[in-house]
Amino acid sequence: MIKGFVFALSALAGSAFAAGGPGVPLDSIDVDPRDKPSLQRGMSTFNQYCLGCHSMEFQRYERTATDLEIPAKLMEAHVVPAHHKIGDQQTIAMPSDAAAEWFGAPPPDLSLITRKRGNDWVYTYLKTFYTDPTRPLGVNNLVFEKVGMPHVLQPLQGEQRLVCTNAPVKENGVVQTDPLTGNPILADQCGVLEVVEGTGQLSAEEYDQVIYDLVNYMAYVAEPSRVSAERIGIYVLLFLFVFGIIGYLLKREYWKDIH
Amino acid sequence: MAGRETTATGVLGWIDQRLPIIDAWDKHIGKYYAPKNFNFWYFFGSLALLVLVNQIVTGIWLTMSYEPSAEGAFASVEYIMRDVEFGWLIRYMHSTGASAFFVVIYLHMLRGLMYGSYQKPRELIWLFGMAIYLALMAEACMGYLLPWGQMSYWGAQVIVSLFGAIPVVGADLAQWIRGDYLISGITLNRFFALHVIALPFVIAGLVFLHILALHEVGSNNPDGIDIKLNKDENGKPKDGIPFHPYYTVKDIVGVAVFLFVFSLVVFFFPEMGGYFLEYANFEPANPLKTPDHIAPVWYFTPFYAILRAITFPMFGLDAKFWGVVFMGAAIAMLFVLPWLDRSPVRSMRYKGWYSRIALILFCVSFVILGVLGVLPSTPGRTALAQACTAIYFAYFILMPWYTRMEKCKPVPERVTG
Ligand code: HEC
Ligand code: HEM
Repeated sequence: MIKGFVFALSALAGSAFAAGGPGVPLDSIDVDPRDKPSLQRGMSTFNQYCLGCHSMEFQRYERTATDLEIPAKLMEAHVVPAHHKIGDQQTIAMPSDAAAEWFGAPPPDLSLITRKRGNDWVYTYLKTFYTDPTRPLGVNNLVFEKVGMPHVLQPLQGEQRLVCTNAPVKENGVVQTDPLTGNPILADQCGVLEVVEGTGQLSAEEYDQVIYDLVNYMAYVAEPSRVSAERIGIYVLLFLFVFGIIGYLLKREYWKDIH
Repeated sequence: MAGRETTATGVLGWIDQRLPIIDAWDKHIGKYYAPKNFNFWYFFGSLALLVLVNQIVTGIWLTMSYEPSAEGAFASVEYIMRDVEFGWLIRYMHSTGASAFFVVIYLHMLRGLMYGSYQKPRELIWLFGMAIYLALMAEACMGYLLPWGQMSYWGAQVIVSLFGAIPVVGADLAQWIRGDYLISGITLNRFFALHVIALPFVIAGLVFLHILALHEVGSNNPDGIDIKLNKDENGKPKDGIPFHPYYTVKDIVGVAVFLFVFSLVVFFFPEMGGYFLEYANFEPANPLKTPDHIAPVWYFTPFYAILRAITFPMFGLDAKFWGVVFMGAAIAMLFVLPWLDRSPVRSMRYKGWYSRIALILFCVSFVILGVLGVLPSTPGRTALAQACTAIYFAYFILMPWYTRMEKCKPVPERVTG
């Protein structure tokens, strides 16, 4: 019941200030901070591919280890860099002004990126890099025009291009199907993303999963208290419900003879 | 022993001889006779007190770990969110509490409008209330700078620059408020001092006076009838009941319902879709990067919309100046409300149709202005905001006329249901 109510309320609240790119529909992602294996995979992807440039300076390694149920020994041996202790924050060595010179903009800290941009935006961002020879690094991005970041996951995804092709028609990110046959409706369209076959190590589904785990992890880091907040919240609501009923009965008893 | 007469013995008696605590209890709680017909709208006064206590208590705990400096503020808030035991709870209670405060206060004020609670003899209660409202707006505005996010910074920049629109002294005044040419660590420090010490002190004092004034003249009620005109042989109002235990137990029910909704937000959606915690505020303040769209927090948006609605210069003074004037006037109007209402009756229940329609139009335009205030402006929206601003002011300016012209219903002798 609470879940349903919660959902209705969040739908009602809507997203008033969703920071969006230039009119590109975002792919939606439903993060799950209780899915520990996914968070662990996301963490290792992040540390391998992103932590070189982006800090997560508000989060300590130790906190992540505790929340994701990674034994401290294992965390120290495999995750925490040599010059860091487990209690340290995830800072990086790259000086920000030098980075700004290399990329045109410094790589921002990502501790809170999903709370600033929204999960959907980050999810879409990581899937919509495409080759663009007019850019200094040879890549551009559908939701972040003239992005300064290289497509660091290209070895996994492969080279993605913007092409004109006969492709399934999408509306709001959903593939439209023919009501009679159930087959996807195809049409000639431009600006469609297509991965050049044989250039990436992963299939499209495998790559989606990697990005899902990565964004799930980033969303966890943005608000590590989410799971405990919801767990405690349920008990608080239950308590208040009972308290309210007792209060109401008490009130009715006292007010019996007031007319 | 010298000292006062007291009916109590023991420790209580000892204290009561030296400090009139039993008198005070009787006067304000135990034998404070309140009308028996309070309805839903009468919960919000006690709820405002509850939220005030919540803000003060959680505020004290936040202050224990918060660092008021341009370099450390943003990081210290994240430190509270992650490293302080239950820091996230304390912070969400405080940030949600700020919005809850305005929800409660707006409903509390609307009750006043509906039942004519500002009319004689309750003008002072209303004036203290308005002073609280002003102080609360200042408190919220300064508090919003403290996390030092992008919206904190640019929101404060916009608000302080409003003072710059005042002719002649404006620019110097804005600089005096900031203590610097731009919003900076100096501004942050003084806003911190005002937010945690000066304004809470002022608000608490005003709330004390608000309630003292209320208990002097007695509470109004949904019928707008003076219950003191109808007393029994013991001198007790026939339609009155002692505040304790009747309204204390009743308020407990209101508190439970309120806390349920409040907790739902605190534990499940502290951002409330970007209305209670704005998304852009999760990025540290950057004086070199103006956000695409600066929107104030929701409770200021009606006034922000009025500010933006004035798009034309008048009498040789520019539009921005008049925007500020209209925004100030929108609040000033509320202060003089007790003297604008010339109706012989208090409550909407017995006022005529002019007053009812005027109040409905006023509320609708206030809400529309609130919505427009969060949206980027377009020519169509500006026109709508201008129409709503006109209605907002017409409600007050025409009040002396329509409250006298209309036909009121007869007011009963005794309170109804
Ligand atoms: C070679 C350095 C580098 C690596 C490695 C890197 N990034 Fe970036 N990233 C950047 C730079 C530079 C920017 C800033 C781009 C701009 O502002 O134009 C950026 C921007 C971003 C943004 C957008 C931030 C905003 O402004 O909203 C996100 C999200 C992001 N990176 C995620 C990632 C993730 C996830 C990874 C790992 C898969 C990663 N980055 C790896 C350099 C890097
Ligand atoms: C910190 C903020 C405030 C607190 C704690 C507070 C508290 C209270 C309390 C406890 C009552 C008595 C209970 C009730 O009638 O609901 C009351 C009554 C009243 N308040 Fe407030 N109040 C606040 C702000 C305001 C504001 C902003 C206004 C309007 C400008 C206002 C106007 C009134 C009026 C007119 C009454 C008398 C109501 C009546 O007798 O019908 N108050 N307030």
